[in-house]
Amino acid sequence: MGIRFVLMVNKQGQTRLAQYYEYLTIEERRALEGEIVRKCLARTEQQCSFVEHRNYKIVYRRYASLFFLVGVDDDENELAILEFIHLLVETMDRHFGNVCELDIMFHLEKAHFMLEEMVMNGCVVETSKSNILTPIQLMDKAS
Amino acid sequence: MAGSSIMDNLFQRTLEDLIKGFRLQLVGESALISKAVEEIRREIKSTDLDIKSIALQKLSYLSAIYGIDMSWAAFHVVEVMSSSRFAHKKIGYRAASQSFHEGTSVLLLITNQLRKDLSSPNEFEVSLALECLSRIVTIDLARDLTPDVFTLLSSSKVFVRKKAIGVILRVFEKYPDAVRVCFKRLVENLENSDSQIATAAVGVFCELSSKDPRSYLPLAPEFYRILIDSRNNWVLIKTLKIFAKLAPLEPRLGKRIVEPVCELMKKTGAKSLMFECVRTVVTCLSNHESAVKVAISKIGELLVDPDPNLRFLGLHALSDVAPTHLWAVLENQEVVIKSLSDEDPNIKLESLCLVMAMVSESNVADISKVLVNYALKSDPEFCNEILGSILTTCSRNVYEIIIDFDWYVSLLGEMSRIPNCQKGEEIEAQLIDIGMRVKDARLQLVQVGRDLVIDPALLGNVHLHRILCAAAWVVGEYVEVASNPFELMDALLQPRTNLLPPSVRAVYIHSSFKILVFCLDCCLMQNQEHVSSLDSSNLAVGYSGLVAGKKHTETRDFASCEGPTHDAQNEGFSPQNSMDSSEQLAVQNNAVRIVTQDQTSIATSLEKNNFTLESIVGLLNLIELVLSPLAANPDVEILERARNVLSFVQLIKAEISDNSNQNVDILDKKDAQVSAIVKLMCDAFSDELGPVSLNAQGRVAVPDGLVLNENLDDLNAICGDIELPSSSSFSIGGPHFGTTSDASPFNLPKKEETEPLNESASLLEHRKRHGLYYLPSEKNEITYDDYPPPNDPQKKTNLNDESEDLSKLAGQSLSLKKRPNQTKPRPVVVKLDDGDVVPISVKKPEPRDDSLSGAVRDVLLGSEAKPSSSQSNPSDKSSGTDKKNLSSYHPSEIKENVIGAEMPDQANPNRKSKHHGRHKERRRSPRKTIEGGEHDQRENKKSSHRHNRHKARQGSSSPLNVAPQTPVIPDFLL
Repeated sequence: MGIRFVLMVNKQGQTRLAQYYEYLTIEERRALEGEIVRKCLARTEQQCSFVEHRNYKIVYRRYASLFFLVGVDDDENELAILEFIHLLVETMDRHFGNVCELDIMFHLEKAHFMLEEMVMNGCVVETSKSNILTPIQLMDKAS
Repeated sequence: MAGSSIMDNLFQRTLEDLIKGFRLQLVGESALISKAVEEIRREIKSTDLDIKSIALQKLSYLSAIYGIDMSWAAFHVVEVMSSSRFAHKKIGYRAASQSFHEGTSVLLLITNQLRKDLSSPNEFEVSLALECLSRIVTIDLARDLTPDVFTLLSSSKVFVRKKAIGVILRVFEKYPDAVRVCFKRLVENLENSDSQIATAAVGVFCELSSKDPRSYLPLAPEFYRILIDSRNNWVLIKTLKIFAKLAPLEPRLGKRIVEPVCELMKKTGAKSLMFECVRTVVTCLSNHESAVKVAISKIGELLVDPDPNLRFLGLHALSDVAPTHLWAVLENQEVVIKSLSDEDPNIKLESLCLVMAMVSESNVADISKVLVNYALKSDPEFCNEILGSILTTCSRNVYEIIIDFDWYVSLLGEMSRIPNCQKGEEIEAQLIDIGMRVKDARLQLVQVGRDLVIDPALLGNVHLHRILCAAAWVVGEYVEVASNPFELMDALLQPRTNLLPPSVRAVYIHSSFKILVFCLDCCLMQNQEHVSSLDSSNLAVGYSGLVAGKKHTETRDFASCEGPTHDAQNEGFSPQNSMDSSEQLAVQNNAVRIVTQDQTSIATSLEKNNFTLESIVGLLNLIELVLSPLAANPDVEILERARNVLSFVQLIKAEISDNSNQNVDILDKKDAQVSAIVKLMCDAFSDELGPVSLNAQGRVAVPDGLVLNENLDDLNAICGDIELPSSSSFSIGGPHFGTTSDASPFNLPKKEETEPLNESASLLEHRKRHGLYYLPSEKNEITYDDYPPPNDPQKKTNLNDESEDLSKLAGQSLSLKKRPNQTKPRPVVVKLDDGDVVPISVKKPEPRDDSLSGAVRDVLLGSEAKPSSSQSNPSDKSSGTDKKNLSSYHPSEIKENVIGAEMPDQANPNRKSKHHGRHKERRRSPRKTIEGGEHDQRENKKSSHRHNRHKARQGSSSPLNVAPQTPVIPDFLL
């Protein structure tokens, strides 16, 4: 499994979205998120965006007030994950129009759907923005 | 009832309301949460699915964001999932994939719901079900739903198909037999022209091949085609990852891919892809020099990039390449060293690793010096990283790269004094270890130990206590090379030692005991010389002879061949010595001492120290004064040792006090008694401590009449299939077991508990474990010198710059010049023939997903060992459903697959490519090729020729047969 989890955390350290591709209990998730957030948010812009934590490699990127943190296996390509994060942000941007933290808070379900279109079972399966968004728009119309 | 439902409906808070509520109320969040959960608990019981689903949605949100437990709502989740409305279903599935896991009991209830949704005409419902399945799949679900996923693998809707491909990975993991059903379709999807489908399939194969690459070698031509054809960077990265796993298994594959990989590396504009190419080259194509050169030039570009991410990855790649191509590191030395002071701790760590990779015996001193200076300036964390890596590198393979131990021991002392140093335990271990292993280093070691022990400021630092413990032990154990034992005694008994933890303090007291005994002994010896009496105690003279011998051993440079002789002298008090004439010994004593003084400036000098009776009495008084209060210490270790010393002091005092004013002759007689006591104590400390081999126990001979092998075979037969973890450090396998029986002695004791065993066997076992093993009585320090180790000439960079700036060191090229001051030969380092290498367990770990890879291999390589049972199983399952067609053509497909997969093993390249054509064709017209497949099965043995022609015809009619027939395929694995 390439990607183990995707987190979106604001700069106060509050989780805004958490998607795990392996089962962890709620306590484990809370602990993990706390540790990672503490580690990553303390880093400066001049430092690199890769952090090792437990047996994960964490690739993160900050967009305005929101941190995107992706936990991956050790042999995953860090730069590709950074591109993945960027693609995710672009996709959300296209859908919501100038996406911000509030969009994700109020449309968590949609954010999850986008993520689900992009990542299946920890593997990135889709990298085209329109392919990701079409089913979501269709679903919007249907319901 | 209906009324209340409407009311509920009207006044139920939606998720949006809930979120708004949280945003408005910034304090008292937890109260708000518990209120919301209370509300949800009430609402979720509603019979109205609208209310229920909204309640569930809120609960999922709270659980995802605030970590609220939602396992109690599992049954409600199932209810919402099974709603016919998509809006409800969506919420239900989301909640299920978020909260269900293997232990959720209601999972048993959802199999049919999932099956229904998987075959729904609404592709979004199918997608929901697949998504959920990928998260919560269990063995049962995987087994029951394999036929449904199999059908979806060839769905006409790309949207559904790519998700089915994504799910299959989890299904395989849980239920390896699914491979026999689905694998072929998965391979077909890999060959699909639709990029979305191929992307998904490559992702799955990347994961599969990382676990058991060998099984996927037959698919190499397919991956190669993707590598050449694909324009999607993500797919290319995944394909490179697959090749990185496959190439080490098949050298010809490496040759084949090295060129396209280099092409990609040069051409691509995407840094991620370029980096993946670099990583592939340095990890698995490192024997292709030209490719490595290109990769290293790319790494060089990364290293100077302003983006810290790229710099980090460049350094990382460089450390991957370091073991095989050290020149690459040396080429980029300057950048690496500059990175030591980067802002980012991660980058600093990487560069530290690289600097340590450059260390060799010729530059270790210089590099260490510079690094210690860096450590002084760094933050505590990185400081300790530096110290840790110096310690690890220098002690590797029993101090392999250290030539000048005096320098290294001083470095250890220097490191101890670095304010942020927290490496106490490691330094402690190394100080003691060097003391035991390297005799020539003891003089310097005692000097360093003295400096540490004597400094009252160090006693207050808790991180130094372990080091002080080692220092105290060293000065006590090797006091005979100390320049001034009295000074040491003062240091060990200084008042601030009460800051030490009891365990360390006990070592201090014990060391002072050793020093006292040494001083008394020297004093006696001096008196004997002074009087030069022939009739003084033989024992005392004998003992002084022994001391002389010991010193002789320690201070001389000796070659390895002389080792045993000296050991014999060290062995302890030997009767021959005492029989020798004392004059001779005295002379020898003096001679040795003179030699000692000549050789080293701070050598032991008994004359200089003047062990007069007065000084000894002063010493005894001091000890008594300091240790008396400790005789009632609550810590038993301190108490016991303090009492030992005090009793000894009182004993000696009683002997000498009444004589102190009398003349020498009477003193002499008294001396006989004193020296008898002192001799006894000296004897107790005279045996030299040496390192103990990890395998020491294995050298104990097996007692006569004990046949250890006798029952082992029976046991193996009884419980041969039980896999037991073997501990590598517990080794009771002696030479009697031979080399191959490594595992059996490990296994035995544990089997004892699980298997019925005849009495004699268990008795033997018991004896073996508890009674009849002990450490060998002979000294097991076998001194041999296998130095110098083979060293890559490239490693011998010259870094002997005097400047403290490493970047200047870096400026120097890798010249082969040796350090000029290496005139001093490396001292002997005691190594135990086998003990210093931790035995590596010979057994390979069992692959975890054995059954999965086995199944894949069966499918791909056509092993027909387990034929019908597994194949019929899925068909049985599917026969109950409406997919009758599945059960009818499963077996034939599998058989055909088996034949198809044999292709790579067969010699004819044409035949192989034609098979590919057939694959394509078959997808277009399943019915027809199924017949072809059965046909194959019957006939492939007798007439492969005809079969080929038949296939070729079919292949040529296929529109898709072009790509696989490229001439690259035959080169691969034939």
